[in-house]
Amino acid sequence: MSMPFYVSPEQVMKDRADYARKGIARGRSLVALECEPGILLVAHNPSRTLNKISEIYDRIAFAAVGLYSEYQLLRIAGVRHADMKGYSYSREDVNARELANAYSQTLHQIFTHEMKPYEVELLIAQVGDEGASELYRVLYDGVVVDEHDYSVLGGQAEEITAALADAYRPGLPLRDAARLGATVLGGDDGPLPSDQLEVAVLDRSRPRRCFRRIRAEELTELLA
Amino acid sequence: MTGSSALPLFAPVSDPGPSFAGLLRLVAPHLLAAPGAGGTPLAHVPHGTTVVAVRFAEGVVMAGDRRATAGLTIASRRMEKVFPADDSSGVAIAGAAGPAVELVRLFQVQIEHYEKVQGESLSLEGRANQLGQLVRANLPAAMQGLAVVPLFAGYDRSRNTGRVFSYDVTGGRYEEIEFQAQGSGSVHARNWIKAGWRDELSSDETVALVLTALFAAADEDAGTGGPDLVRRIFPTVAIIDADGYRALDEDDIAERSRSLLDGAERGGGAR
Repeated sequence: MSMPFYVSPEQVMKDRADYARKGIARGRSLVALECEPGILLVAHNPSRTLNKISEIYDRIAFAAVGLYSEYQLLRIAGVRHADMKGYSYSREDVNARELANAYSQTLHQIFTHEMKPYEVELLIAQVGDEGASELYRVLYDGVVVDEHDYSVLGGQAEEITAALADAYRPGLPLRDAARLGATVLGGDDGPLPSDQLEVAVLDRSRPRRCFRRIRAEELTELLA
Repeated sequence: MTGSSALPLFAPVSDPGPSFAGLLRLVAPHLLAAPGAGGTPLAHVPHGTTVVAVRFAEGVVMAGDRRATAGLTIASRRMEKVFPADDSSGVAIAGAAGPAVELVRLFQVQIEHYEKVQGESLSLEGRANQLGQLVRANLPAAMQGLAVVPLFAGYDRSRNTGRVFSYDVTGGRYEEIEFQAQGSGSVHARNWIKAGWRDELSSDETVALVLTALFAAADEDAGTGGPDLVRRIFPTVAIIDADGYRALDEDDIAERSRSLLDGAERGGGAR
């Protein structure tokens, strides 16, 4: 009978984290930008139908990079969580901070207890009044980062964050924010064309459901 | 609420899919309508009375009076009975007021939940069937005297036409070709609409027709409230067409009601 090798807990955690990080780094990136109408979400995603960005609740959007099957599962769980809370209490009691915490708990549990960690990085965005929007980035191990102005997820996060640190200005009009998103995601190769992008906005001026997708024609016009 | 802050995750075999009612059944059944407890039916629970839905050339008009009655008492003078289901359809309720309003709330979440989970909205037919299933689930309560009978109407974007659906307490779903009314004053309202309905009515003419029909119902039925000029309470009216659902604002309805009342007397007699 063979004896299992001893592996230190530090090593186990490090291996898991490396595994998750490698999976996430393979994916294309995504940015969220606070802008004049609310929050703009721009993802490098050539697919028309397999979304990285979607609606969770009236003022809350979800965006993710990594393994599609895993973030899809988490997205639907978030919709369920929010709709149940809104139904049993009231619509205004649903908020991004609490949802980010729920994601954090779940991802932490999966990271420490499951065979394989999830290879995902999530963004929970909530639009509020001017200057009161919230951006929460949730990492594969459940760590939550509370961010302002902009947030970057995915493989090229470091380069894109550096580019945004130079170029970002508060209160950008929608058109400028969309162009900035396309530019920083494109990196050295120049701005990404509209057919490589998935774009949505949380627009605070909309009556209840602030989430709106910006589709092909409108996007082409916006980036022109 | 389940009380837990963890996300609801399911194994593939037990996943409730895009149904919000199915999700509640699994994790929070206490939030769904209580099953019938047996015993004597409840009396004197507030009941909503007369609602109508009328198709016209470009869409549908839905309207309801504002009265709720508990036995012979007026329980509310300002009850709303016409609600948006989503941006292109509406639901109007008659029957036990409490369960009816809760049913509408569940129905609204149900179709929005489907849209968010699936990434596309339900067809009008799909929404009509969903409402039938929710009404059917309320059958045990209906046996206790808490029946809810809604009307559902909307603009069908795949057929470019307005459509009207009615329901019975068992969840039976019936598509109406022209119009339907529900509730205690419905016979009078329906007769009035039947006499005035034509295929080519405009939206303004249809609104005028439903307002006079509700006036006629209030004239004949003690459960139906007429326009209250003293308190400024008027029926609720919504128009649903290719542009979506829009409720007429109160001033607009007040204006239209007044001009109708100033016109030829409706079924009156000597002054």
